Amino acid sequence: MPPLACPAPAAGAALLGVGAARPRRVVSNADLALRMDTSDEWIRTRTGIVNRRVAGDGESVVDLAAEAGAKALANAGVQPGQVDLILVATSTMDFAMPQAAPQVAGRLGSQAGGYDVGAACAGFCYALAAAADAIRAGSARTVLVIGSDRMTDILDPADRGTVPIFGDAAGAVVVGAAPSNGVGPLVAASDGDRSGLIAKAPDAPVLAMDGPAVFRWATTQLAPYALRACADAGIEVADLAGLVAHQANLRIIDALARALKLPAEAVVARDIIESGNTSAASIPLALDALLAADAVPSGGPLLLIGFGSGLSVAAQVVLCP
Amino acid sequence: MTDTDVLTGLGEIIHEIAGIPAEQVVPTASFSDDLDLDSLTMVEVVVACEERFGVRIPDDDVPGLKTVSDAVAYVHRASVPA
Repeated sequence: MPPLACPAPAAGAALLGVGAARPRRVVSNADLALRMDTSDEWIRTRTGIVNRRVAGDGESVVDLAAEAGAKALANAGVQPGQVDLILVATSTMDFAMPQAAPQVAGRLGSQAGGYDVGAACAGFCYALAAAADAIRAGSARTVLVIGSDRMTDILDPADRGTVPIFGDAAGAVVVGAAPSNGVGPLVAASDGDRSGLIAKAPDAPVLAMDGPAVFRWATTQLAPYALRACADAGIEVADLAGLVAHQANLRIIDALARALKLPAEAVVARDIIESGNTSAASIPLALDALLAADAVPSGGPLLLIGFGSGLSVAAQVVLCP
Repeated sequence: MTDTDVLTGLGEIIHEIAGIPAEQVVPTASFSDDLDLDSLTMVEVVVACEERFGVRIPDDDVPGLKTVSDAVAYVHRASVPA
Protein backbone atom coordinates (compact mmCIF):
# COMPACT_ATOMS: atom_id res chain seq x y z
CA MET A 1 0.00 0.00 0.00
CA PRO A 2 1.20 3.53 -0.69
CA PRO A 3 1.17 5.87 2.33
CA LEU A 4 -2.19 7.53 2.94
CA ALA A 5 -2.72 11.11 1.91
CA CYS A 6 -2.33 13.87 4.51
CA PRO A 7 -4.65 16.87 4.50
CA ALA A 8 -3.12 20.08 3.19
CA PRO A 9 -1.98 22.14 6.20
CA ALA A 10 -2.93 25.80 6.68
CA ALA A 11 -0.34 28.51 7.30
CA GLY A 12 -2.11 29.61 10.44
CA ALA A 13 -5.26 29.70 12.53
CA ALA A 14 -6.84 32.91 13.76
CA LEU A 15 -9.78 34.12 15.84
CA LEU A 16 -12.44 35.49 13.50
CA GLY A 17 -15.25 36.40 15.90
CA VAL A 18 -16.55 36.19 19.45
CA GLY A 19 -19.99 35.81 21.02
CA ALA A 20 -21.56 35.34 24.44
CA ALA A 21 -24.80 34.23 26.05
CA ARG A 22 -25.67 35.50 29.51
CA PRO A 23 -28.77 34.12 31.27
CA ARG A 24 -31.55 36.64 31.94
CA ARG A 25 -31.65 36.37 35.71
CA VAL A 26 -29.12 38.46 37.65
CA VAL A 27 -28.48 37.43 41.26
CA SER A 28 -26.74 40.06 43.39
CA ASN A 29 -24.74 39.59 46.57
CA ALA A 30 -27.62 41.22 48.43
CA ASP A 31 -30.01 38.62 46.97
CA LEU A 32 -27.76 35.83 48.27
CA ALA A 33 -27.47 37.45 51.71
CA LEU A 34 -31.25 37.17 52.04
CA ARG A 35 -31.16 33.40 51.82
CA MET A 36 -27.82 32.31 53.27
CA ASP A 37 -25.20 33.26 55.84
CA THR A 38 -23.18 35.67 53.71
CA SER A 39 -22.97 39.39 52.95
CA ASP A 40 -22.07 41.72 50.11
CA GLU A 41 -18.88 42.69 51.98
CA TRP A 42 -17.90 39.05 52.65
CA ILE A 43 -18.29 38.10 48.99
CA ARG A 44 -16.65 41.23 47.53
CA THR A 45 -13.56 41.11 49.72
CA ARG A 46 -12.91 37.42 49.09
CA THR A 47 -13.90 37.11 45.44
CA GLY A 48 -14.48 40.54 43.88
CA ILE A 49 -17.88 39.32 42.65
CA VAL A 50 -20.90 41.65 42.74
CA ASN A 51 -23.39 39.87 40.48
CA ARG A 52 -23.73 36.53 38.76
CA ARG A 53 -26.24 35.11 36.27
CA VAL A 54 -28.33 32.07 37.07
CA ALA A 55 -29.83 30.14 34.17
CA GLY A 56 -33.50 29.25 34.06
CA ASP A 57 -35.93 27.60 31.66
CA GLY A 58 -34.82 27.71 28.05
CA GLU A 59 -31.24 28.35 29.14
CA SER A 60 -29.70 24.87 29.16
CA VAL A 61 -26.01 24.26 28.48
CA VAL A 62 -26.98 23.57 24.85
CA ASP A 63 -29.31 26.61 24.62
CA LEU A 64 -26.62 28.95 25.94
CA ALA A 65 -23.93 27.36 23.77
CA ALA A 66 -26.07 27.69 20.63
CA GLU A 67 -26.85 31.36 21.39
CA ALA A 68 -23.18 32.20 22.00
CA GLY A 69 -22.15 30.22 18.93
CA ALA A 70 -24.68 31.98 16.69
CA LYS A 71 -23.48 35.37 17.90
CA ALA A 72 -19.83 34.43 17.32
CA LEU A 73 -20.63 33.29 13.77
CA ALA A 74 -22.50 36.54 13.07
CA ASN A 75 -19.61 38.53 14.57
CA ALA A 76 -17.17 36.67 12.32
CA GLY A 77 -19.38 36.92 9.24
CA VAL A 78 -19.28 33.15 8.88
CA GLN A 79 -22.32 31.09 7.78
CA PRO A 80 -23.21 28.00 9.84
CA GLY A 81 -22.72 25.88 6.73
CA GLN A 82 -19.07 26.94 6.56
CA VAL A 83 -18.29 25.47 9.99
CA ASP A 84 -16.71 22.05 9.78
CA LEU A 85 -16.04 21.30 13.43
CA ILE A 86 -17.74 22.32 16.70
CA LEU A 87 -16.05 21.87 20.07
CA VAL A 88 -17.96 22.50 23.29
CA ALA A 89 -16.06 22.74 26.55
CA THR A 90 -18.44 21.88 29.39
CA SER A 91 -18.63 19.84 32.55
CA THR A 92 -22.26 20.42 33.45
CA MET A 93 -24.26 18.50 30.84
CA ASP A 94 -27.14 16.56 32.41
CA PHE A 95 -26.32 13.41 30.49
CA ALA A 96 -23.16 11.83 29.13
CA MET A 97 -25.02 11.18 25.88
CA PRO A 98 -25.78 12.87 23.61
CA GLN A 99 -22.95 15.36 23.86
CA ALA A 100 -23.59 19.08 23.48
CA ALA A 101 -21.65 19.62 20.23
CA PRO A 102 -23.99 17.85 17.76
CA GLN A 103 -27.04 19.38 19.45
CA VAL A 104 -25.50 22.83 19.07
CA ALA A 105 -24.77 22.06 15.42
CA GLY A 106 -28.40 21.14 14.91
CA ARG A 107 -29.62 24.36 16.52
CA LEU A 108 -27.34 26.38 14.25
CA GLY A 109 -28.50 24.58 11.11
CA SER A 110 -25.08 22.99 10.67
CA GLN A 111 -24.14 19.37 10.11
CA ALA A 112 -20.58 19.89 11.32
CA GLY A 113 -19.00 17.14 13.36
CA GLY A 114 -17.95 17.90 16.86
CA TYR A 115 -17.36 16.74 20.36
CA ASP A 116 -17.33 17.97 23.94
CA VAL A 117 -14.18 18.74 25.88
CA GLY A 118 -13.84 18.26 29.65
CA ALA A 119 -11.01 19.87 31.61
CA ALA A 120 -13.51 21.99 33.57
CA CYS A 121 -12.32 25.59 34.00
CA ALA A 122 -9.33 24.95 31.71
CA GLY A 123 -11.59 23.42 29.05
CA PHE A 124 -11.94 26.41 26.76
CA CYS A 125 -8.19 26.83 26.26
CA TYR A 126 -7.80 23.11 25.53
CA ALA A 127 -10.66 23.24 23.02
CA LEU A 128 -9.23 26.36 21.38
CA ALA A 129 -5.86 24.63 21.01
CA ALA A 130 -7.51 21.53 19.51
CA ALA A 131 -9.34 23.78 17.03
CA ALA A 132 -6.23 25.70 16.02
CA ASP A 133 -4.23 22.48 15.66
CA ALA A 134 -6.97 20.90 13.53
CA ILE A 135 -6.95 23.93 11.25
CA ARG A 136 -3.17 24.13 10.92
CA ALA A 137 -2.99 20.40 10.25
CA GLY A 138 -5.65 20.75 7.55
CA SER A 139 -8.30 18.62 9.28
CA ALA A 140 -10.70 21.55 9.43
CA ARG A 141 -10.93 25.06 8.01
CA THR A 142 -13.45 26.76 10.26
CA VAL A 143 -14.10 25.68 13.85
CA LEU A 144 -16.64 26.96 16.36
CA VAL A 145 -15.23 26.72 19.90
CA ILE A 146 -17.68 27.18 22.77
CA GLY A 147 -17.44 27.12 26.55
CA SER A 148 -20.82 26.59 28.21
CA ASP A 149 -21.60 25.75 31.82
CA ARG A 150 -24.47 25.87 34.26
CA MET A 151 -22.43 25.71 37.43
CA THR A 152 -25.42 26.59 39.61
CA ASP A 153 -26.90 23.17 38.78
CA ILE A 154 -24.12 21.36 40.62
CA LEU A 155 -23.85 23.51 43.76
CA ASP A 156 -25.06 22.73 47.27
CA PRO A 157 -27.51 25.65 47.74
CA ALA A 158 -26.41 25.95 51.38
CA ASP A 159 -22.63 26.08 50.68
CA ARG A 160 -21.46 29.65 51.31
CA GLY A 161 -18.04 28.67 49.93
CA THR A 162 -19.32 27.92 46.41
CA VAL A 163 -22.78 29.48 45.85
CA PRO A 164 -21.52 33.11 45.84
CA ILE A 165 -18.69 32.27 43.44
CA PHE A 166 -20.24 30.42 40.54
CA GLY A 167 -22.57 31.51 37.74
CA ASP A 168 -23.95 30.29 34.41
CA ALA A 169 -23.10 31.42 30.88
CA ALA A 170 -21.63 30.52 27.50
CA GLY A 171 -18.99 32.14 25.35
CA ALA A 172 -17.78 31.26 21.87
CA VAL A 173 -15.13 32.04 19.30
CA VAL A 174 -14.84 31.23 15.60
CA VAL A 175 -11.40 30.03 14.58
CA GLY A 176 -10.48 29.86 10.92
CA ALA A 177 -7.60 29.14 8.55
CA ALA A 178 -5.53 32.28 7.98
CA PRO A 179 -2.42 33.30 6.05
CA SER A 180 -0.68 34.25 9.30
CA ASN A 181 -1.03 32.58 12.67
CA GLY A 182 -3.07 34.17 15.45
CA VAL A 183 -3.28 31.35 18.00
CA GLY A 184 -0.03 30.62 19.84
CA PRO A 185 1.19 27.22 21.03
CA LEU A 186 -0.64 25.63 23.96
CA VAL A 187 1.11 25.29 27.30
CA ALA A 188 -0.67 22.52 29.21
CA ALA A 189 -0.01 20.96 32.59
CA SER A 190 -1.73 19.16 35.45
CA ASP A 191 -1.28 18.21 39.08
CA GLY A 192 -3.51 15.15 39.35
CA ASP A 193 -2.35 14.29 42.85
CA ARG A 194 -4.44 17.25 44.00
CA SER A 195 -7.57 16.38 42.02
CA GLY A 196 -9.61 16.33 45.23
CA LEU A 197 -9.32 20.09 45.72
CA ILE A 198 -12.17 20.81 43.26
CA ALA A 199 -14.34 17.79 42.67
CA LYS A 200 -17.82 16.51 42.05
CA ALA A 201 -17.31 12.94 43.19
CA PRO A 202 -19.56 10.08 42.03
CA ASP A 203 -21.00 9.71 45.53
CA ALA A 204 -21.67 13.44 45.95
CA PRO A 205 -24.27 15.31 43.90
CA VAL A 206 -22.59 18.69 44.35
CA LEU A 207 -19.29 20.44 43.75
CA ALA A 208 -16.87 20.52 46.68
CA MET A 209 -13.94 22.92 46.70
CA ASP A 210 -11.12 23.59 49.16
CA GLY A 211 -11.09 27.33 48.51
CA PRO A 212 -7.96 28.36 50.42
CA ALA A 213 -5.86 25.50 48.97
CA VAL A 214 -7.04 26.27 45.42
CA PHE A 215 -6.35 29.96 46.02
CA ARG A 216 -2.82 29.17 47.15
CA TRP A 217 -2.15 26.96 44.14
CA ALA A 218 -3.53 29.50 41.70
CA THR A 219 -1.72 32.51 43.19
CA THR A 220 1.66 30.78 43.44
CA GLN A 221 1.89 28.21 40.61
CA LEU A 222 0.31 29.70 37.48
CA ALA A 223 2.67 32.49 36.45
CA PRO A 224 5.40 30.24 34.99
CA TYR A 225 2.88 28.62 32.60
CA ALA A 226 1.64 32.03 31.52
CA LEU A 227 5.18 33.23 30.91
CA ARG A 228 5.94 30.10 28.89
CA ALA A 229 2.86 30.66 26.73
CA CYS A 230 4.24 34.11 25.86
CA ALA A 231 7.73 32.77 25.18
CA ASP A 232 6.40 29.91 23.05
CA ALA A 233 4.36 32.39 21.01
CA GLY A 234 7.49 34.46 20.49
CA ILE A 235 6.32 37.57 22.32
CA GLU A 236 7.34 39.46 25.44
CA VAL A 237 4.98 40.14 28.34
CA ALA A 238 5.58 43.82 27.58
CA ASP A 239 3.91 43.28 24.18
CA LEU A 240 0.63 41.97 25.65
CA ALA A 241 -2.48 44.05 25.06
CA GLY A 242 -4.26 42.17 27.81
CA LEU A 243 -4.75 39.24 30.14
CA VAL A 244 -7.88 37.13 29.92
CA ALA A 245 -7.51 34.62 32.74
CA HIS A 246 -10.17 32.18 33.81
CA GLN A 247 -12.48 34.28 35.95
CA ALA A 248 -12.09 32.25 39.14
CA ASN A 249 -11.57 34.96 41.72
CA LEU A 250 -10.59 38.61 41.29
CA ARG A 251 -7.81 38.22 43.83
CA ILE A 252 -6.31 35.36 41.81
CA ILE A 253 -6.54 37.42 38.61
CA ASP A 254 -4.89 40.44 40.23
CA ALA A 255 -2.16 38.29 41.82
CA LEU A 256 -1.41 36.74 38.43
CA ALA A 257 -1.29 40.16 36.76
CA ARG A 258 1.19 41.35 39.42
CA ALA A 259 3.34 38.21 39.13
CA LEU A 260 3.54 38.62 35.35
CA LYS A 261 4.52 42.29 35.64
CA LEU A 262 2.05 43.19 32.92
CA PRO A 263 2.63 46.56 31.29
CA ALA A 264 0.50 49.33 32.80
CA GLU A 265 -1.42 49.81 29.56
CA ALA A 266 -2.40 46.13 29.29
CA VAL A 267 -6.06 45.42 29.98
CA VAL A 268 -6.92 42.84 32.63
CA ALA A 269 -10.30 41.17 32.08
CA ARG A 270 -12.41 41.44 35.23
CA ASP A 271 -15.72 40.15 33.92
CA ILE A 272 -16.00 38.06 37.10
CA ILE A 273 -17.34 41.15 38.90
CA GLU A 274 -20.58 40.93 36.91
CA SER A 275 -20.61 37.25 35.91
CA GLY A 276 -19.04 35.22 38.71
CA ASN A 277 -17.02 32.13 37.88
CA THR A 278 -18.64 30.47 34.86
CA SER A 279 -16.08 27.66 34.47
CA ALA A 280 -15.41 26.81 30.79
CA ALA A 281 -17.43 29.84 29.64
CA SER A 282 -15.47 32.46 31.55
CA ILE A 283 -12.63 33.17 29.12
CA PRO A 284 -14.69 33.69 25.93
CA LEU A 285 -17.31 35.52 28.01
CA ALA A 286 -14.67 37.92 29.36
CA LEU A 287 -13.16 38.27 25.88
CA ASP A 288 -16.57 39.19 24.49
CA ALA A 289 -16.97 41.85 27.21
CA LEU A 290 -13.55 43.35 26.40
CA LEU A 291 -14.34 43.52 22.68
CA ALA A 292 -17.81 44.96 23.31
CA ALA A 293 -16.17 47.72 25.36
CA ASP A 294 -13.55 48.35 22.66
CA ALA A 295 -10.96 47.75 25.38
CA VAL A 296 -8.45 45.91 23.20
CA PRO A 297 -7.20 46.71 19.70
CA SER A 298 -7.79 44.35 16.78
CA GLY A 299 -4.66 42.26 16.36
CA GLY A 300 -3.50 42.95 19.92
CA PRO A 301 -1.97 39.92 21.68
CA LEU A 302 -3.97 38.57 24.60
CA LEU A 303 -2.76 35.98 27.07
CA LEU A 304 -5.43 33.38 27.85
CA ILE A 305 -5.02 31.03 30.80
CA GLY A 306 -7.55 28.49 32.02
CA PHE A 307 -7.05 26.63 35.28
CA GLY A 308 -9.07 24.66 37.77
CA SER A 309 -10.35 21.20 38.59
CA GLY A 310 -7.86 18.51 37.75
CA LEU A 311 -5.85 20.36 38.74
CA SER A 312 -5.48 21.45 35.13
CA VAL A 313 -3.84 24.40 33.40
CA ALA A 314 -3.93 25.49 29.76
CA ALA A 315 -2.57 28.75 28.36
CA GLN A 316 -1.94 30.33 25.00
CA VAL A 317 -1.53 33.75 23.42
CA VAL A 318 -4.07 34.81 20.77
CA LEU A 319 -4.35 37.83 18.56
CA CYS A 320 -7.59 39.75 19.03
CA PRO A 321 -10.04 39.40 16.14
CA MET B 1 16.56 33.49 63.83
CA THR B 2 14.96 34.31 67.18
CA ASP B 3 11.27 34.38 67.97
CA THR B 4 11.55 38.18 68.07
CA ASP B 5 12.93 38.17 64.53
CA VAL B 6 9.99 36.03 63.38
CA LEU B 7 7.49 38.23 65.21
CA THR B 8 8.98 41.37 63.64
CA GLY B 9 9.00 39.76 60.21
CA LEU B 10 5.41 38.56 60.60
CA GLY B 11 4.37 42.08 61.60
CA GLU B 12 5.94 43.47 58.44
CA ILE B 13 4.31 40.81 56.26
CA ILE B 14 0.84 41.42 57.70
CA HIS B 15 1.30 45.15 57.38
CA GLU B 16 2.29 44.81 53.73
CA ILE B 17 -0.47 42.37 52.77
CA ALA B 18 -3.38 43.60 54.91
CA GLY B 19 -2.37 47.15 55.83
CA ILE B 20 -2.61 46.41 59.54
CA PRO B 21 -0.11 48.33 61.75
CA ALA B 22 2.74 45.99 62.72
CA GLU B 23 2.32 47.00 66.40
CA GLN B 24 -1.00 45.15 66.45
CA VAL B 25 0.72 41.90 65.51
CA VAL B 26 1.33 40.74 69.06
CA PRO B 27 1.71 37.11 70.20
CA THR B 28 -1.77 36.83 71.69
CA ALA B 29 -3.54 38.29 68.62
CA SER B 30 -5.91 35.96 66.78
CA PHE B 31 -5.49 36.20 63.00
CA SER B 32 -9.22 36.02 62.33
CA ASP B 33 -10.77 37.71 65.37
CA ASP B 34 -8.23 40.41 66.29
CA LEU B 35 -6.47 41.09 63.00
CA ASP B 36 -9.56 40.37 60.87
CA LEU B 37 -7.64 38.36 58.25
CA ASP B 38 -9.92 36.27 56.03
CA SER B 39 -8.94 32.75 54.98
CA LEU B 40 -7.48 33.90 51.66
CA THR B 41 -5.43 36.69 53.24
CA MET B 42 -4.15 34.06 55.67
CA VAL B 43 -2.98 32.04 52.66
CA GLU B 44 -1.12 35.09 51.35
CA VAL B 45 0.53 35.59 54.75
CA VAL B 46 1.56 31.92 54.89
CA VAL B 47 3.09 32.07 51.40
CA ALA B 48 5.00 35.23 52.34
CA CYS B 49 6.24 33.54 55.54
CA GLU B 50 7.52 30.59 53.50
CA GLU B 51 9.52 32.93 51.28
CA ARG B 52 10.82 35.14 54.07
CA PHE B 53 11.70 32.49 56.65
CA GLY B 54 12.65 29.67 54.27
CA VAL B 55 10.18 27.19 55.76
CA ARG B 56 7.47 24.98 54.31
CA ILE B 57 3.93 25.35 55.69
CA PRO B 58 1.62 22.76 54.03
CA ASP B 59 -2.08 23.54 53.38
CA ASP B 60 -3.16 21.08 56.07
CA ASP B 61 -1.22 22.95 58.76
CA VAL B 62 -2.64 26.40 57.98
CA PRO B 63 -5.98 25.99 59.85
CA GLY B 64 -3.97 25.17 63.03
CA LEU B 65 -2.37 28.61 63.01
CA LYS B 66 -4.93 30.55 65.04
CA THR B 67 -2.78 33.15 66.77
CA VAL B 68 0.41 35.05 66.06
CA SER B 69 2.23 32.96 68.67
CA ASP B 70 1.07 29.75 66.91
CA ALA B 71 2.70 31.02 63.72
CA VAL B 72 5.90 32.13 65.45
CA ALA B 73 6.22 28.73 67.15
CA TYR B 74 5.51 26.94 63.85
CA VAL B 75 8.17 28.89 61.96
CA HIS B 76 10.61 28.31 64.80
CA ARG B 77 10.04 24.54 64.76
CA ALA B 78 10.05 24.32 60.98
CA SER B 79 13.29 26.26 60.64
CA VAL B 80 15.23 24.10 63.11
CA PRO B 81 16.63 21.03 61.36
CA ALA B 82 15.14 17.92 62.98
